[in-house]
Amino acid sequence: MVELLYLTASILFILGLRMLSAVETARRGNVVSMVGMALAVGATLLKGGTVSWIPILAGVAAGTAIGGISAVRVRMTAMPQMVAMYNGFGGGASLLVVAVELYRTGGQVPLAALIAIPLSTIVGGVTFTGSVIAFAKLQEIMPGRPILFKGQHWLNLVLLLIAMGLSVYVIVAPPASGLFIVLNILALILGVLSVIPIGGADMPVVIALLNSYSGIAGATAGFVLSNNVLIISGSLVGASGLILTNIMCRAMNRSLANVLFAGFGATSVTQEVMTAAGGRVTEGTIEDAAAVFENARSVIIVPGYGMAVAQAQHAVRELGDLLIEHGAMVRYAIHPVAGRMPGHMNVLLAEANVPYDQLFDLDAINDDFPRTDAVLVVGANDVVNPAAKTDPHSPIYGMPVFNVEEARTVIVLKRSMRPGFAGIENELFVHPKTMMVFGDARQTLLKIIAALKAERGALAATG
Amino acid sequence: MISEGLLFTLYIFILAVFVGFEVISKVPPILHTPLMSGSNAISGITLVGALIVAGYAGGDLVAVLGFLAVTFGTINIVGGYLVTDRMLRMFKRGPQKHRRHG
Repeated sequence: MVELLYLTASILFILGLRMLSAVETARRGNVVSMVGMALAVGATLLKGGTVSWIPILAGVAAGTAIGGISAVRVRMTAMPQMVAMYNGFGGGASLLVVAVELYRTGGQVPLAALIAIPLSTIVGGVTFTGSVIAFAKLQEIMPGRPILFKGQHWLNLVLLLIAMGLSVYVIVAPPASGLFIVLNILALILGVLSVIPIGGADMPVVIALLNSYSGIAGATAGFVLSNNVLIISGSLVGASGLILTNIMCRAMNRSLANVLFAGFGATSVTQEVMTAAGGRVTEGTIEDAAAVFENARSVIIVPGYGMAVAQAQHAVRELGDLLIEHGAMVRYAIHPVAGRMPGHMNVLLAEANVPYDQLFDLDAINDDFPRTDAVLVVGANDVVNPAAKTDPHSPIYGMPVFNVEEARTVIVLKRSMRPGFAGIENELFVHPKTMMVFGDARQTLLKIIAALKAERGALAATG
Repeated sequence: MISEGLLFTLYIFILAVFVGFEVISKVPPILHTPLMSGSNAISGITLVGALIVAGYAGGDLVAVLGFLAVTFGTINIVGGYLVTDRMLRMFKRGPQKHRRHG
């Protein structure tokens, strides 16, 4: 009976995931998957064998309270770190599960289960602390820039080799309690060390990868407990995370190894480089920007992480609606790696009620820039950097970017002339077609909207 | 050398990986975040393992670690599903537009 319920749950997970990959069915898909989870959990509790109920009831109560409250309260802009954190808890749970299993059985388990124990410990531990570091970086508790030190790769390699050695020992001579505890600590340290060298702009890859890890940790825990529903669901998540990771890497034209080990964006670029780029910044006022939009028949808005930081998504939508109201065609160009997690910009614009059929992917819109009157870049940087196409020495050379400079005018909203998160200079900012409007993106947008409305009001009054 | 049980489990594992790749190979970018957080909630399935081990009578250490494991797994599941639903609730199609693939 329990196995049948597990089988049903597995089927519901697969169906749910498939429905999650189409907009029309996504919400129902999530519910289908929830039902699967309820079945799996219910079956486990009903199957008997539970002796002590207190840790279970207390844990479910605590977890429901923490998970529920945080999920309801989190702001959409803080979603990347929230998702990372939930993910980390999944990895942490896998680490704890196999630790209890080894302790309880003293290692008297089938060989396959024994092999899976250290694997689950390492992957689960890396998922847990890796996610905590990703959370801390995104929440700006710690600096988002890559943290690099001499011999970092060697240290990681040595620690990984030690962890593998300990794993072998645990498998050969279980339970090896003392060394197993060391292995747990090593796994947690490895998680920290593997995420600190990764810069904020690469977070979409990291979060997708950690997502995959949490699935793998669950699947290996399934091998430890010979539990098929764990193995199936864990592998599903592992595979889906890998697909997303791959999509993110391709969108940056970089290999996963490059993302994980290169310490991308660590080079600090100063103001001097901006002048070295050989151009002058054209600064525009609110009125200048409003005048451009006033005359634009077609507008493309390119949002980036800066939009999230400034909480500017609602103001962006308001401007977009105003322009549509006055007959302009307004579209949003969304780069796969814009923001800090896969799909970050889509979520924020959805929150601001932008219909998703106004959002366009890189390939869908990139040929339309020459026919576009005005491009509005809100807090995006690398994804509009022409150096990706023209400068072989640029660290982002080869990354597919929006051809915004082909439009008639480009308006860039930016807090200051400081280089972006990735620390790379951007020729777009000194491009002759570009008008920079400095200041908080949200405030700037609201002022532009007010200026446009005043202009229209004046026209209406005289006309 | 390999027991039949293990072989069977490996079959399940390998096939599930392939199903995973097949099921979500074509996800529109708009759904990247919900897909991630939704699958993330599924990875909370490790709660099932936590419920099993936390239920054993094994002394204080098992109880404490079991409690932590159940808590972690529950946070993952409850939080994951709720944020996914919150996000999916927001996605809306424009009123006047013709149908276009998302």
